[in-house]
Amino acid sequence: MTIRALRDDYHGEFKDSLEKFGGLQLVYLGWDKHQMFCSSRAYPLPPEMRFQELLDNVMPEAFGQHPEFTQINWNRAQWILDNSVFEPDHSKTLTEMGIGHKSLLRLVTPELTGYKGADI
Amino acid sequence: MSRVQIAFQDNDESRYIVAAIEQDNATAVVHYEPAMIRVENEGSLIIKRDTVSEQIGMEWDVQALHINLITLTGHIDEDDDYFKIMWNN
Amino acid sequence: MSPKKLNLKDKYKLLTRDLDWEFSYEDRKEAFPYEEFEGIKITDWDKWEDPFRLTMESYWKYQAEKEKKLYAIYDAFAQNNGQTNVTDARYVNALKLFLTGVSPGEHAAHLGFAFTGRQMGGIGARVAAQMQSIDELRHIQTQIHAMSHYNKFFDGFDEFNHMHDRLWYLSVPKSFFEDARTAGPFEFMIAIGFSFEYVLTNLLFVPFMSGAAYNGDMATVTFGFSAQSDEARHMTLGLEIIKFLLEQHEDNLPIVQKWLDKWLWRGYRLLTLVAMMMDYMLPQKVMSWQEAWELYFEDAGGALFKDLERYGIKMPDYTDTIKQEKEHLSHQAWWIFYQYTHAAAFHTWTPSAEEMDWLSEKYPDTFDKYYRPRWELAAEMEAKGERFYTTGLPQLCQTCQIPMAFTEMSDPTQVVYRESIYNDERFHFCSDPCKSIFDNEPEKYVNAWLPVHQILQGNCGGGGLDKVIEYYHLEDGVANLDFEGSPDAERWKDWKGVA
Repeated sequence: MTIRALRDDYHGEFKDSLEKFGGLQLVYLGWDKHQMFCSSRAYPLPPEMRFQELLDNVMPEAFGQHPEFTQINWNRAQWILDNSVFEPDHSKTLTEMGIGHKSLLRLVTPELTGYKGADI
Repeated sequence: MSRVQIAFQDNDESRYIVAAIEQDNATAVVHYEPAMIRVENEGSLIIKRDTVSEQIGMEWDVQALHINLITLTGHIDEDDDYFKIMWNN
Repeated sequence: MSPKKLNLKDKYKLLTRDLDWEFSYEDRKEAFPYEEFEGIKITDWDKWEDPFRLTMESYWKYQAEKEKKLYAIYDAFAQNNGQTNVTDARYVNALKLFLTGVSPGEHAAHLGFAFTGRQMGGIGARVAAQMQSIDELRHIQTQIHAMSHYNKFFDGFDEFNHMHDRLWYLSVPKSFFEDARTAGPFEFMIAIGFSFEYVLTNLLFVPFMSGAAYNGDMATVTFGFSAQSDEARHMTLGLEIIKFLLEQHEDNLPIVQKWLDKWLWRGYRLLTLVAMMMDYMLPQKVMSWQEAWELYFEDAGGALFKDLERYGIKMPDYTDTIKQEKEHLSHQAWWIFYQYTHAAAFHTWTPSAEEMDWLSEKYPDTFDKYYRPRWELAAEMEAKGERFYTTGLPQLCQTCQIPMAFTEMSDPTQVVYRESIYNDERFHFCSDPCKSIFDNEPEKYVNAWLPVHQILQGNCGGGGLDKVIEYYHLEDGVANLDFEGSPDAERWKDWKGVA
């Protein structure tokens, strides 16, 4: 049963389906073990955006306030996409790499331990 | 046995109710917290109309408890002459 | 000689049970159309026992007495400029959160109990639900009256109703009550009547209100305790409904257990706001969130569940997680609001050195290790003139709608990420229970109005954050941002003659 309702044929409205975002898709961006940011963030992005553009234009907006942001070595950075290890190709687009609508992309930088080494 | 508790607003009426509780429940523990009085007892706790009436110096209706009550735990047994809370474990 | 007075039991019987009637020419099922679809089986409504045996007549008498007492205090508070006697103007921000976040919930509960007071087939249950419905209406009214005085002197109160339907964090309590109110009458009773009223409201009304008293706020403590005196009656109704359902039919047990698992978690998540009010927003502390949790949930709730064991009811299996989270909850919550306070209708601030010491003392295993460094970073940035307001919008949990900020208790700096795929769409959750609530009824939760997604779809004023703030009816630099430098802070200094 997908809901207990008065009528068996009740269906909910998908409030956040892709077509509601005017040609963009939602991507959540997180930076593991960097708790200065209380949570991952939601960004509406064009599906044809290349990964390099994401690094150049979106990541600084999302995480640039962190004192360690400038120390990130993007060539060594690790990624988790939707809970699986992910190896991006910087020249490919989100769609080409399987970063879909409402995907969660997490940056992992084990050598950066956060403010005062406290994962902050 | 689990503890039951009941709390009242800290005021002039509650003071007599709490005194009656202490009289009728030998093991009850009374905590004075900001603006409130919290009473705990093992297993059950009883408030008797006659004891409260005697303490307060006039006839007291058990349902007047509602006026100053803040919270309680446990099952309730209420009648004309007493109000009781208890756990069955 | 005057006629003999009826005793309590007879009076209750005549003035409650005797108000019911038999359906001789109409179909009873049509009169109570919501009674069966949830799968609950009732065999005999007459088995319903109202332990308080309060009749409508005595109800009005005692409620009127409570109201008189309450309004006398409001008058005294206003006549004596009570607002200048609170410990610190920062305290008032907890009241803003209360009025915008909690009071509309009272109204939602009023509507919900009016619905169950109509739809349940048994007269005893209907009368009790009706009284509670009237109580809840009284609660929001008395709260608005109490706050209307603060509204004359502080920012952030005036648009509470408008904000409740729009602000990102207010969708948390709003969606909680909407979830309950769109369920059937029995689930509503287990959700609000039992899980929320019996198990959880003590945490909201008792230690926090005692805290209000400790902080010089006579008006709030009085409405809080006056509301709570109704709450004691609501709690017994909650306990009665669960016992009644379990005694009526064994098939009710799995349904009730599932509702309990769901609603204790939903309510617990909602109380995150209260955790932070207690630990961070009261200038004079009474007890920590952890202490309150232990007293009112672990101790009192533990005794309750032990009693319910005879019916086959079990404590939900996430209880261990809750037990561990009590040392983290308030800190994680205040950090969310601290960094998003530019889009909130109340002020936040960095805790003072003394407050941090109090937090270390109360949370010896977690505060210094995980949370103190955050406030040191915040203070460092503030000293450089860069008070930390974060960029972007947070990812929200599809079920509880709180930003995905909660961490794994096995690794407290690792955010919990859970997801489900339903109908080819991805959904995200802050916890295992929020995920399983969704998985049980996905067709319900796909409807969630998630504020962040609504903003990004352009439904909240469109454009950038400035437009969103306008849509919220917030004026930038007035009710939002840090307490330091706010108009509230300036007025307070002025009253107190501090430069």
